[in-house]
Formats: sequence, structure tokens, C-alpha cells
Amino acid sequence: MRLTQGTFSYLADLTDEQISRQIQYALEQGWPISIEYTDDPHPRNVYWEMFGLPMFDVRDAAAVMQELAKARAEHPNDYIKIAAYDARLGRQTTALSFIVNRPGNEPGFRVERTVRADRQIGYQLHSYATEQPHGERYVPRSNGKA
Amino acid sequence: MSDAPPANAPGAAPSGATPAGAQNGSPAAADPVLDLDAAYRDSQVGEILGKLDRELVGLAPELDRELVGLAPVKTRIREIAHLLLIDKLRSSVGLASEPPPLHMSFTGPPGTGKTTVAMRMAEILHRLGYVRRGHLVVATRDDLVGQYIGHTAPKTKEVLKKATGGVLLIDEAYYLYKPENERDYGGEAIEILLQVMENQRDDLVVIFAGYKDRMESFFASNPGLSSRVANHIDFPDYTADELLAIAQLMLARLNYAFSPAAATAFAEYVRLRLQQPQFANARSIRNALDRARLRQATRLFEHGGTVTPHQLEELDESDIRKSRVFAAKERPPAES
Repeated sequence: MRLTQGTFSYLADLTDEQISRQIQYALEQGWPISIEYTDDPHPRNVYWEMFGLPMFDVRDAAAVMQELAKARAEHPNDYIKIAAYDARLGRQTTALSFIVNRPGNEPGFRVERTVRADRQIGYQLHSYATEQPHGERYVPRSNGKA
Repeated sequence: MSDAPPANAPGAAPSGATPAGAQNGSPAAADPVLDLDAAYRDSQVGEILGKLDRELVGLAPELDRELVGLAPVKTRIREIAHLLLIDKLRSSVGLASEPPPLHMSFTGPPGTGKTTVAMRMAEILHRLGYVRRGHLVVATRDDLVGQYIGHTAPKTKEVLKKATGGVLLIDEAYYLYKPENERDYGGEAIEILLQVMENQRDDLVVIFAGYKDRMESFFASNPGLSSRVANHIDFPDYTADELLAIAQLMLARLNYAFSPAAATAFAEYVRLRLQQPQFANARSIRNALDRARLRQATRLFEHGGTVTPHQLEELDESDIRKSRVFAAKERPPAES
């Protein structure tokens, strides 16, 4: 199941050139870019790991693309996203964020129903990936065995 | 003002370029003829050069003529701009050539306008499409070299990231390399710089700046660096007259003024100081003025009583004459 979240969630994955132009747009708005990665892509997990510090005072997308290339090399089987933070008073929030890397095999989620008191039904989302311990979740099977 | 070269170059060049193109392409009439004049106008390089002229004069607006000392600098900048423009035109008609080497070194004493020139250089490179953003990032050793193992690389890379798409000016670049301390981290910064200068030529132009003699030994001890720096521009010292004008300007900014006698004394001071070692142009002038202000304050206090605003403003001849530069002159020339 292809995970979708963030600004361009309903589009196909962006190409590097498209990513670069989105980054350049963000930089021109004065939004510092940060790169984050995770192997726990639950929709409510907003705390992804940071790959390096947010990049302040960067003027050109090429610098961010270099960092992204490094992040992809180090975390090829994780989800990586680009987040642009708008620090202006009154906004102070993530202005733009989109996924730029995803593992080859995405097992997806299942819905679990739990019957609670008074026959109420609770729903919870279970990520198949999290059944594996951290660090082994998106390792391709063949690699994992070897 | 010498606006001659911008007017000259486009005027002179088509006479050379267009007929040549016509001769070569005589069988094929469809051969495109490039209008050098229009390309020059489109790139707006002429305007930037004009701005640079105004700014360098602006260092001493009281001189309503061009600062003579900086003429060679402007000529060099113009030459580089012309080369880049021609190179761009050549590649537009498919005359493939290596991208011209862009990394530069600006040598000369401080306060001779290196940063201003670097800023305009960034603008020129941007207009001609050699860098994408055209901003200038100024860095010194502090910004590049870390304090402990593993601190340098991230620091240098951070600065390089900021400068990506623009121009990085490394001021006093020779401090990066300290041969006397083999555990110094400066070498690491140089290595990273070298990598970036070589591999990301489209992303970043590096300008090294500093005193001439020290830069020369810096380049001599880092051959990898000097071979990658193509354009060396030397910023010459100011002449005595220019320094005097600069002094007047500095005083005006501080709301001080020379008395007529003090002005003559200072002119003499500048001439004497020029002959002494370790003269640092505008910086030395500033220091001399600071010391004169100190002496003026002492003089006023020793005099006691009341002072008028005029006295507070005016630097007297004695404030200048007390300088050790004059004392050195009166001493018999035993040492030299």
C-alpha cells in the first residue's frame, strides 16, 4: 500500500527535478528546509527523526539536494520527507512537507476493531511494518535473510 | 569616469566577430550572426560595471575623480566579464569549450574594496548565468575551522551550503593553513574546499582574499589550491593623496576636522608613514586618526577650563606632530 501524506500526497512521486524546484520555491519564501526520516510511518506519528539540522540561510536548492542525496544513501529503506518551516509570527508552522523517498516494499496497515464496554467498537490502525523491530522494518527480505 | 571599455568592447568586437562569421559561413547563408552588442546589453553587465565604478569612487566621494589605484582592478574585472560573455555566446552557437575557471584570488591590503568588488563579481556571474543566485557569503577561518576533531567538516560544509548558488569570499584565507601546527584543523577545511571547487563548479565560485605576500606563500604551500584558482586580481595600495582624502572623509564621518596647520602636518605624516613598514592603507590612517583624537582629548584636559564646540571638533597640529612617526624622522638614521 503506497503511503500518502503531506502536500503532494495525491500526486505520483516527484522527480528529483520537481523536488528541487519545490525546494527552491520554499527557499525563496524564506522557509528553512529540514530533512526527516522514519521507519514508523503511522499517520499520527509526527515525530520523524531529523537528518542533520534544519538548513538556515541556504539560498539554493542544490545544497538541499546534496543533503537529500546523503540522506537517501544512509536511509534507502526509510521514508524521507522534506519539511519547510515558516517561522513568521502568526504562522510558525510547517508550510510545506512531502515524501521524497519510500521503501521499495510498503506492507501497509490494517484496521483492528476492539469491542469495549457496552458493545462500543474502537478502531485502531496497525502498521505491518512495526511488527519487525526498529531498523529491520523495510529491509528487503532477501537482504534480511542474508 | 572611464565608461570607455563598456562602450568600446561592444563597438570594437562586432567588427571582428561578424565579418569573421560571414566569411566562414559564406556558403551557408543561414549561419546565425550573433549581435555582441545586444548580448552585452541583455546581460546588463555594463550596468554592474558602472555601478562598481560609482561604488569605488563612493569610497571617497570627495574625490570627484576616479580613484587611480583601483583602475587596474576595474580593468581586470571588465576583462573577466568580457571573457565570460564571449564564452557564453560561443556555447550558444555550439562552439563547445570547457567552462571557464571562475575561482579567483583578490590580493591586497584591507580596505581597498575587495568585498565590494566581490559583491559585484557575484552579480556579474549571476547575470551571465555562471552562478544561479548571485549572493555573496563572506567567511573567515572562524567560520570554516572547528575547535576539535570532527568539528571542522560540518562547519565548512554548513558555510558551503549557504554559499551554494553564489560566491564564497574567504577573507584572510592564509589563516586556514598553519604549517607550524601540524594538528591544526585548517588543512581539513582546505581539503573540503578543494573537493567542492573541483566537483561542484556549477554550484559555487570561491574567491580567496588577503594580503598579497601571505597569499602567495599560502598558494605556494597549497599547490592543489593555486592550480584551481585561475584569476588573480591585485588591489594596489592607495597613494598619499588618496589616503589624505580618505582621512578627511573618515574625520567628517566622526564629526572632527583638521585645522589648516594640522592638515599640512597630516599630509606630511602620511608621506612619512608610507615609507615605514607594516602600512595598512585605510586601517593605518584610521589608527592614526584615533591616536590623534586621543591626544586631542588629553590636550583639552591638560589645558583645563572651558572648551568651545569648535575646540571639541578640531584636531590641532600638535595632535598630529606628537606621533612617533615624526620622532623617527628626527632620529639620526642609525638603523637604516
